[in-house]
Amino acid sequence: MFNIERWQEIFEAIRKNKLRTFLTGLSVASGIFILVILLAIGQGMSNGVAKEFENDATNRISVWTNVTSVEYKGLNPGRIIEMDNRDYEMAVNKNSEKIELKSGVYSRWGQLTNYKKESGSYRVEGVRGDYQFLENETLVVGRYINENDLNSFEKNAVIGNQVYLDLFKGKEALGEYIDITGIKFKVVGVYTDPGGEREETRIFIPLTTAQRVYNAGDKLRSLAFTLEKHDKYEDALAASEAFSAELEADLKAKHTIAPNDERAVNVNNTLENAKRFYDLNNMIRWFFWGVGICTIIAGIVGVSNIMLIIVKERTKEIGIRKAIGAQPWSIIGMILHESIFVTAIAGFVGLIFSLILLQLVGPFIETDYIRNPSVDFSVAITTVIILVVAGAVAGFFPAYRAANIKPIEALRDE
Amino acid sequence: MIEIKNLHKSYHMGKNSLHVLKGINFTVSEGEMVSIMGSSGSGKSTLLNILGILDEADEGTYTLDGTLIKNLNERIAARYRNKFLGFIFQSFNLINYKSALENVAMPLYYQGVKRNIRVEKAMHYLEKVGLADWATHLPNELSGGQKQRVAIARALASDPKVLLADEPTGALDTKTSYEVMELIQGINDEGKTILIVTHEDDIAHMTKRIVNLKDGIIIDDSVVTQVRAKSEAYV
Repeated sequence: MFNIERWQEIFEAIRKNKLRTFLTGLSVASGIFILVILLAIGQGMSNGVAKEFENDATNRISVWTNVTSVEYKGLNPGRIIEMDNRDYEMAVNKNSEKIELKSGVYSRWGQLTNYKKESGSYRVEGVRGDYQFLENETLVVGRYINENDLNSFEKNAVIGNQVYLDLFKGKEALGEYIDITGIKFKVVGVYTDPGGEREETRIFIPLTTAQRVYNAGDKLRSLAFTLEKHDKYEDALAASEAFSAELEADLKAKHTIAPNDERAVNVNNTLENAKRFYDLNNMIRWFFWGVGICTIIAGIVGVSNIMLIIVKERTKEIGIRKAIGAQPWSIIGMILHESIFVTAIAGFVGLIFSLILLQLVGPFIETDYIRNPSVDFSVAITTVIILVVAGAVAGFFPAYRAANIKPIEALRDE
Repeated sequence: MIEIKNLHKSYHMGKNSLHVLKGINFTVSEGEMVSIMGSSGSGKSTLLNILGILDEADEGTYTLDGTLIKNLNERIAARYRNKFLGFIFQSFNLINYKSALENVAMPLYYQGVKRNIRVEKAMHYLEKVGLADWATHLPNELSGGQKQRVAIARALASDPKVLLADEPTGALDTKTSYEVMELIQGINDEGKTILIVTHEDDIAHMTKRIVNLKDGIIIDDSVVTQVRAKSEAYV
C-alpha cells in the first residue's frame, strides 16, 4: 500500500488512460451523488411532515361544533349547535382524574386591532391558562392568561410574535394598551409558536372577558384537552380514543343530535394523527432507503461492469507483464489498487459535491413538504466504503483469473 | 545453457488431443545463436513457449542454466522468466500507453530496481538499439522496426541468460528485418545465447545453427555458416 513504486505505476496508468478513469469515476461519483441527494430529500420530507405536526400539543383533543346534518327526534337538520360552559364542565367533571390540560375557547376572526398608528386584523381567542400548552406556545416576554384574569374579567391580552412585530415594530409592548374593536386591552405577554406566522397572528384574552365583551353569554366555540400521560404509546392512544368517543356521545346526547350525525360534533384526536404521521414518516424513510439501496446496487453493478471491461481490455498487457516477469499477485494488486484508488476518490468527490449542494441549497428549501434536507454523514461515508469494497470485490475475480491465465494465452488475445 | 530431454506436449481441445511435440532432445550451450525452423504446425512455437516458461511440458525435462524447470507455480515461473529470459515477439507486444523508455524499464520494475537506476539502465539499452532520441515516444509513434528494437532493448534490460525470439521479423519488411537481425547478431557477438523461431530461410541462415522441426520431432540439426545481416542489406 505504501510502496511508492506501485503508486507511481498506478498514477502513470491513470494518467495514460484518462477516459477509462474518468468514466469509472463518473459512474461512482454520480451514484454516490444521487444516493446522498435522495436520502437528503427523504430526510427533508420527513422533517417537513414532522414540522406540520409541531403546531399543537401532540396529544391534544379538540372539540368543535357545526350545524346538524341528520334529522333527529323531530328536529330538522341544519340546526346550529353551540357549546357552552356547562358542556365544558360536564366533560371536566366526568373525567377530572384523566384530564391533564383543559380549556374552553371563545374566538372571533378578523378583529381590527390598533396600537397608536399601527393596526392589523387578527383572530382573538378567549381562553384559559392551560391553553398555552395546548397550543405549544412559548412566551417571549411577560406571562400568559391566569386564573385571576378569568375570575375578575381582566382586559389583559397575550399577543403573538407576529402581532407584536406588526403593531410594536420591536418596541417595548408589556404594559401598553392595544385597542381591539374599540376596547382597550393591556398587553401582558408575547408568545412564539413553532407553527410559525399563521399561529402567531393571534391574540389571547381571558375566556370570561371574551364572553362578556362579545356579548356571548356562556357560549364556547371549541374545547381543548390533553389527557394524563401514559408510558406506552398504545395505552395513550387507546385512552384518548375512548375519551374522544365518550365525549362525542355525551355531547350528542346533551344537544339532541343523532348519534350518526358526523357534522354536528367534531372531535379531533391529534394522537391518532400522530400515529398516521409516524406511519407516513416510516413509509417515507423505507421508500427512500429502498430506492437508495437499489441505487447502490446499480452502482455496484456499474463498477463491476467497468472492472470486467478494464480487466478484459488489459488482458494482453497482463500477458506482456507476466512474460517479462510480473508475479500474479503484483498484477492483481496493481488492478485492485488502481480501481480502489479511483472509486474511493470518485466516491468522495461525489459525496463532497452532494454535500456542498445540500449546504448551499438545503436551507432555502422550506416548502410544506420538504424542509432542511440533510443527510447523516456516517451513512454517506458507509455508502462510499460499500461501493469501493464492492468495486474491489467485483474487480478481484476477473483480475485473479487474468493473472492466472497462461501468459501465452493472454498474449494471443488480440 | 539449455538442455531438453524427451520433451512431449499435447493440446487438448474438447475430445480431440493434438500431440504437438513428440520427444524433443536438444541442447544449446552458452553463446550460441540457434534458429528453430519448421512449417506452421510443426511445433516450433510450442517449443519456444516451453523454453520461455510460458507453457509447461507434459513429459520430459528442461534444464535452464543448471536449474531444472519443473512443476512451477506462477510465482516461481515469473521469477525465472524475469531472471533468465528475454522475449522478443512477432507482434512486438509493447504496452501501448507507456513510452519506449518505460517499456524498456518494465522488467527492471519487476526486479525491484529503483526508479532512477531503472531509467538510467533503460536509457543505456535504448542507446544500444539506436533509439535514444525516441525514448519519450509512445509505441504507436514508432515504425515497426523501431518497435521491434524497443522490444529487443526491453528483452535485454533484465540482462537475461537467454534471448528468445518468436518470428522477430515476421511483421517487418526485408530491409527492416535485416536491420533487426543485424542488431540481434551484434548482441550474440557480445556472448548472449539467442534462440530464434522463424520460417524464413534467409533469417535462419543469419544464425549459427539451424534446428528443423517437422510434426513434433527434430528432423535436422546442423551448424551453418553465419551470414552477416549487414552484408545482405546492401544487396
